[in-house]
Amino acid sequence: MQDMTPINTAEASERRAIKISAKEVTVHYGAKQALFGVDLDIEENQVTSLIGPSGCGKSTFLRCLNRMNDTIDICSVGGQIRLGDINIYDPKVDVVELRARVGMVFQKPNPFPKSIFENIAYGPRIHGLCRDKSDMEEVVVSSLQKAGLFDEVKDRLDEPGTGLSGGQQQRLCIARAIAVSPEVILMDEPCSALDPIATAKVEELIDELRENYTIVIVTHSMQQAARVSQRTAFFHLGNIVEEGPTEQIFTMPKDQRTQDYITGRFG
Amino acid sequence: MSDHIVTSYDDDLKELAGKISEMGGRAERLVEDSIAALVRMDMVKASETVEKDTIINSLDQEIEEKAVLTIARRQPMAHDLREIISALRISVDLERIADLGKNIARRTLALEGKKQPKQLVHGIEHMAELALTQLRTVLDAYTGRDDVAAIGVWHKDREVDALYNSLFREFLTYMMEDPRNISFCTHLLFCAKNLERIGDHATNIAETIYYLKTGLPLEDRHFEENEQLDLD
Repeated sequence: MQDMTPINTAEASERRAIKISAKEVTVHYGAKQALFGVDLDIEENQVTSLIGPSGCGKSTFLRCLNRMNDTIDICSVGGQIRLGDINIYDPKVDVVELRARVGMVFQKPNPFPKSIFENIAYGPRIHGLCRDKSDMEEVVVSSLQKAGLFDEVKDRLDEPGTGLSGGQQQRLCIARAIAVSPEVILMDEPCSALDPIATAKVEELIDELRENYTIVIVTHSMQQAARVSQRTAFFHLGNIVEEGPTEQIFTMPKDQRTQDYITGRFG
Repeated sequence: MSDHIVTSYDDDLKELAGKISEMGGRAERLVEDSIAALVRMDMVKASETVEKDTIINSLDQEIEEKAVLTIARRQPMAHDLREIISALRISVDLERIADLGKNIARRTLALEGKKQPKQLVHGIEHMAELALTQLRTVLDAYTGRDDVAAIGVWHKDREVDALYNSLFREFLTYMMEDPRNISFCTHLLFCAKNLERIGDHATNIAETIYYLKTGLPLEDRHFEENEQLDLD
C-alpha cells in the first residue's frame, strides 16, 4: 500500500478549491501578442509561482489577474479570468474594488512618500473600511504585525516610509497590500531588490500569509520558487509549457524545455 | 542533453562522473586481484591488494567533497541534482565493494600454508565471475546512462544469490565430511558471502542508475511487474 501514498496526496491537492481560473487568456500589446491562450487554475491558500525566461509573459499574466494591464493603453486582454464566481473582465466589475480583493506587491519597494502609518492607512481609508480612528489604528497595527514589521517600526510610525531599509520597505508594501483584506496577493519579483536576509524574511512571511491568502508570485530565482511555492507554472514564449506541484516541476519536470530552463541550459 | 550556459558547471559534473568511472574500474580490478590471489594462493598479490584499498577510499572522499561543493555552488535542479546524488551513492557502494575485495585478500593471507580442495575454490571462482560480470555491466550502464541494462543487472542478482546458496550447501557437506576442513571452508564461505554482497552493491548501483535516468525508485517498477505476473 505504501506506493499509493503519493497518489493520494496528489489527489488531495487536486481537490483544493480554485481561487482564480484563467481560460484561454490572450494579451496583445498593440500588434505584438504576448500571451497565446493561457489556461491556469490557481488554488486557494497556496503559493503559485510563475517562472520562465525574461519576456515569456509571466508578469503580463500576473498583471491580468487584477487588471493592471488596463493602465496600458495599447494592451488588450482576451479570454476569461474568473475570481470566485465573477468574471473579472466583465464591464460591470469595479476595478478599484477588484484590486482591493487582488492586491499587488512590486519588484521595487514603492512606499508612498508619507509616514509609515499613512502608508498602511491609505488603502483602508479610500475603500472606507474603517469607521473611526481607533479602528484604523487596529488595522495598521495588525497589518504591520502580519507583515512581521511591527516590532521594528512601532516607535516611529510617523516617520516617512521611505526612510526604512529596502527589506523593511518591501514588507511595508506587503503590509499595505494586506491592510485592505485582499483574498489574493500578487507579487512580481518581490525579492529581486533585496539582500539575502531581507529575502529570507519576505519568504518566511509568504509562507505565513498562505494561511489566509492565496499568493501568486513571479520570480527569477528557481530556488525561491522551489522554497516558497506549492505549485509552479513554467512560461515560455507566451504559453504555459508545464504546470504542476512545485516538487515535481523541480525534481522531475515532464517537458524537456522545463528541464533545460530550471537546470540552466536554456539557449 | 545540451550543455549548461555556465560551462564550468558541465566541467564539475563531468569530473564527478569521471571520478566514479575511475573508482569503478579500480574497485573491479581490486576484486579481480583478490580472487586471483585466493585461487593461486599468491600471498604477495594478496597483500598488494589489501594496500590498494586506500586509493579507493581517498577517491570516495574526493567524490564526496566534489559533490558537496557542487551542490553548494550550483544549487542543482532536476536531472543535475540526481546526477550528483547518484555519484554520492555510487561512490559509497564502490567503496564497500572495494572493502569486500580487500576482505577476500585478507582471508587469503590467513589461509597461507593450508591445504585447499580445488573443487571448492572453483566454486568461488565461478561465483566471482558472475559477481564481476554484474559489476562490469552496471558500471557500463552508468557510463552509458542505460537504465535498461541497469534493470537487467537488477534482475540477474538472483543468480548470484542462488549460486551463493548452493556453495553454502557444498561447504557444509565438506565440513561435515571432515572437521579438518572447517577452518578452510569457513574462510571460503566468508569469501562467498563477500561476493554475494558485491552482487548486492551492484544492484544498488543499478537502482541508482534507474533513479538517475527516470527520477523514480526501481522498487516501485518491480512491484508493478510482480503484480502483473500474479495476474497472469
